[in-house]
Amino acid sequence: MDFKDNRPDPDELLASLKLEEEKSKRGKLKIFFGMCAGVGKTYTMLQTAHAEKLKGCDIIIGYVETHNRKETADLVEGFELIPRKTYYYKSTAVNEMDLDAIIARKPWLVIVDELAHTNAPGSRHAKRFQDVMEILDNGINVYTTVNVQHLESRSDTVAQITGIIVRETVPDEIFENADDIEVIDLTPDELLQRLSDGKVYTPERSKEAVESFFRKGNITALREMALRIVADRVDKQLHEYMQLKRIKGPWKSGLHLLVAVSHTQQSAKLLRWAKNLSYTMGADLQAIYVETSHKPDTKESEQLNKNISLARQLGIKFRFVTNSDMVKAIVDFAQKENITHIIIGKPRVRNLLTLLRLGNFVNRLIRYSGNIDVYILGSDNQKKDRFKENVSLPSFTSNIRQYFLASLIVFLTATICFFIKEFIGYQVVSFALLFVVSTLAFFFGTGPILVAATLSALIWDFFFIPPPYTLHVDKPEDMLMLIMFFIIALLSGVLTSRIKRQEMKIRIREERTNALYQLTRELSTATGVEEVIVIAKNDIKKYFNLKSRILLKNDDNKLAYVNQKDTDFTLSKNDLSIAEWTYHHSAKAGKHTDTLPSGSFTFYPLKGNQMNLGVIAIQQEIVFTQGEEQFWETFISQISGKFEREYLRNMAKQAFVLNESDKLYKTLFNSISHELRIPVATIMGASDSLITTRHPEEITKELSNEIFKASKRLNRLIENLLNMSRLESGRITLRLDWCDIHDLINKVTESLKEELKSFSLHVVIPDDMPFVKMDFGLMEQVLYNLMYNATQYASSSNNLRVKAFYDNGIMTLQVMDRGPGFPAKEISLIFNKFYRVEGSGVGGTGLGLSIAKGFTEAHKGTITVENRQNGGAKFTIKIPTEIPEIEFKGEIINK
Amino acid sequence: MNLPETILVIDDEVQIRRLLEITLSSNGFKISEAGTGKDGLIAAATHPPALVILDLGLPDSDGIEILKKFREWYQKPIIILSVRNSEEDIINALDNGANDYLTKPFRTGELLARIRVALRKSQESDDNPNLTFGSLSIDLVNHIVRKEGIILKLTTTEFSLLSLLSRNSGRVLTHHTILKEIWGFGYVGQTQYLRVFIAQLRKKIEDDPAKPKYLITESGIGYRFHE
Repeated sequence: MDFKDNRPDPDELLASLKLEEEKSKRGKLKIFFGMCAGVGKTYTMLQTAHAEKLKGCDIIIGYVETHNRKETADLVEGFELIPRKTYYYKSTAVNEMDLDAIIARKPWLVIVDELAHTNAPGSRHAKRFQDVMEILDNGINVYTTVNVQHLESRSDTVAQITGIIVRETVPDEIFENADDIEVIDLTPDELLQRLSDGKVYTPERSKEAVESFFRKGNITALREMALRIVADRVDKQLHEYMQLKRIKGPWKSGLHLLVAVSHTQQSAKLLRWAKNLSYTMGADLQAIYVETSHKPDTKESEQLNKNISLARQLGIKFRFVTNSDMVKAIVDFAQKENITHIIIGKPRVRNLLTLLRLGNFVNRLIRYSGNIDVYILGSDNQKKDRFKENVSLPSFTSNIRQYFLASLIVFLTATICFFIKEFIGYQVVSFALLFVVSTLAFFFGTGPILVAATLSALIWDFFFIPPPYTLHVDKPEDMLMLIMFFIIALLSGVLTSRIKRQEMKIRIREERTNALYQLTRELSTATGVEEVIVIAKNDIKKYFNLKSRILLKNDDNKLAYVNQKDTDFTLSKNDLSIAEWTYHHSAKAGKHTDTLPSGSFTFYPLKGNQMNLGVIAIQQEIVFTQGEEQFWETFISQISGKFEREYLRNMAKQAFVLNESDKLYKTLFNSISHELRIPVATIMGASDSLITTRHPEEITKELSNEIFKASKRLNRLIENLLNMSRLESGRITLRLDWCDIHDLINKVTESLKEELKSFSLHVVIPDDMPFVKMDFGLMEQVLYNLMYNATQYASSSNNLRVKAFYDNGIMTLQVMDRGPGFPAKEISLIFNKFYRVEGSGVGGTGLGLSIAKGFTEAHKGTITVENRQNGGAKFTIKIPTEIPEIEFKGEIINK
Repeated sequence: MNLPETILVIDDEVQIRRLLEITLSSNGFKISEAGTGKDGLIAAATHPPALVILDLGLPDSDGIEILKKFREWYQKPIIILSVRNSEEDIINALDNGANDYLTKPFRTGELLARIRVALRKSQESDDNPNLTFGSLSIDLVNHIVRKEGIILKLTTTEFSLLSLLSRNSGRVLTHHTILKEIWGFGYVGQTQYLRVFIAQLRKKIEDDPAKPKYLITESGIGYRFHE
């Protein structure tokens, strides 16, 4: 036996393991499943719960409907009941399950009856199964009940059997993914007995129910359906089990189904049918919608949206393809995806033209699909399904004005021609009319063109072809020409308008591609979250004409509300909770969605590859069409991608900073401890010597001098550290005042008198140097640090130049020395905190320059350094400043 | 000076008090000490000192408050000696009646000089019409300023400014005070005028205007006329 055969497909295995993993984090869902009401689902569920409770499990009741059945009501006793929440809908109070209270209570298991229930408007979710999903997401186990008729894929069949249309349905997916299903079975006779005993409904209602729904035939059919579903499921579980345990067995059939969906109601049925088929065949299933040049009207796009959401509920992957040739699109897709079976609905024949077209469709599909099987599903016999107004050529969608105008133009042309027909002859008139019809096709829809074509043919016949004023045509060549005229007019009109539509479609697509291209281009140059927000908002405004608001997560993975200054709209507390929900569930919510539709905005999650980045809220009046929605999602996925990159970049930066701060700490420790200890050691040593020994006077003086110098050094260090911490804490407030640069330089040279002794200092300030607005104290520090540095590093008896000038709003201050300058590779680092040039012997903390930089930047200025040509360093400070306007009120100065 | 003058030191740091005591007494002053603002006020009320050295960071109350309380009745010089070195603090103290301000750490020589100036100022009669500083003489009555005997041509404002600063020689005058005195309340904050006239004055009275000897800038605070 080939060893390889025993190995499951690694991809499938991975998928199953992933599923297991996901399931283990979530709560477990057990469904008590029955064929119809009255079989005792709730009763069994409560009994099971009691048994669990005896084992010591924390079980509460989230929602149970006893239907006033005594046995059931008795079983409710002994459980903690979460009080229902009251919603007011059109002044009627509706009690619903309190989802938040359940999640907050966080029991081990919660009992939630009637999974298919539809919540009152105003609740967070439209459907109870969505509530249950959320509960499960929170790691709480759930017991719930479902009847077979509530299963999405079965609702059609149930309607056929019982004649009752079921509105409350549960997606098959939930049923399929349930961890446990217990079927509650009764024989039809037993059930009918229970009914007549009044155990299910009150006697009057029982009678009514037995007559309408609980007929024995119905019950048997429903029972078969329920049992079969569970049997199928058991079968599937066996498959899964074998796969998990690597037991060789009948692996998945390797069948891939594709169902082609249109914008008709029939497609809904098609989807359900295909789902059943795939389930029984063990095949996977995808759905495809081909966007052709035919533009769906409102009703059709609504239906299409319904079909798509149905497909999603059924767990079918939905794909969009744009192609004017439907057959080619489907076949291409099928081949690419290794589809084995294509399922289509039997086309409905409305008129001769569609018959030709659609007949052709089926034939071509069969011809081109090659070895792919094609299933054609019969159409509904429900006549009402057809949209009468939905004739294949969407002629009557054009408005009345277009019809009127088209006819008017034809009439006018004919009138003009009528007066000149003597000169041009009646045959030429046909060309004139033909020309008009073809031209009209550029501006009007198909309908008006058809009308114009027919009208012009009739007019030509009646008024121009001899004998005039009759429809009768004498000569056979005229007859031929009339027919040809009609056909050509028709064709050119229809073709032109089709080309126009196609063109429009292409244009829309191009616009979208262009919009995406613009967006990505703008995003690629953006740096920083703020900028991305601005770009995103602007582009959304530009391409969707929507106001938006972006909420991003912070480092604690919570949505940060206030991260935008230019808010187009404010979000209420309710909106924020919807945003929160959207963020945590990474699904859209709010207006026009199934979840919390009461909100005034629609919220979309910003999903990155690895995480959710936040939420975008838009104020949307009209629902997106399918194409728009897709475009929108692509659009925001670009934005999310950018946010994610920004976020990751920040994370990386933070990690780097952390690393750096560790390094910084060590440097700080080394340099500060050294810088502190040396002067302290000097002071201690010298003073100790003064205390213990009697020195001659000059020694005493020298020692005292040393002490004084050491203290000064210590003081300078403390000043620097304090300044640094002021800078770090961001607590620098500028006290801007008019400063005389002479004063500034003088102050600094005064305090550096000792150090400058051996230097020749040149101060260069132009005569017309104006006063500039600065913080005198801070700039004094800056200049002090620069000049002090120069005196420390440059060898003495050198030139030291300080230069200041003002030009065009900028004050420049330069300090130039003739010292060793800076090593080229380190020159960019010297303003870094604690950075010390390698091998520099002079003591120091590496704080002075970074303080100079900080204080300069507090003035919105810059500080740069360069090596001078003949050796030495040149520091340049540039500070934007204003200069005073001084009026002297008649006082004469400079006499 | 026959009797040693008493200086009251209000500072909560024993070490500082000890240092001041040694320095001041060896320079011929008598010292009284207080560790809190309240004790200081009581000590001053019992034996009014010739000068007070006040710390701003006192354990019982803010030094500025103590300063204000002193100024309700005490006319003699008060010198602030504090670790607070922000311009706001200094200006605040000066505007509330402190004669001088020194930040810790300080040079004892500097402190002694300030004390001497302050004491002399307080003993001098205000109406001395003729001031002489080195080669500079100022006749306040006739508005004549001479440098090395040569009469300097000063504008009215220049003279007012010089007269104000020289009458308060050795003492820091804040920008606020100077502007208010010379130009009036409307010009408080318009320091550009002050800067212009200081620059003008320096050109006229200083030997080297770039290294002024008389008109000393107190960074961010004001000016001092140095004797």
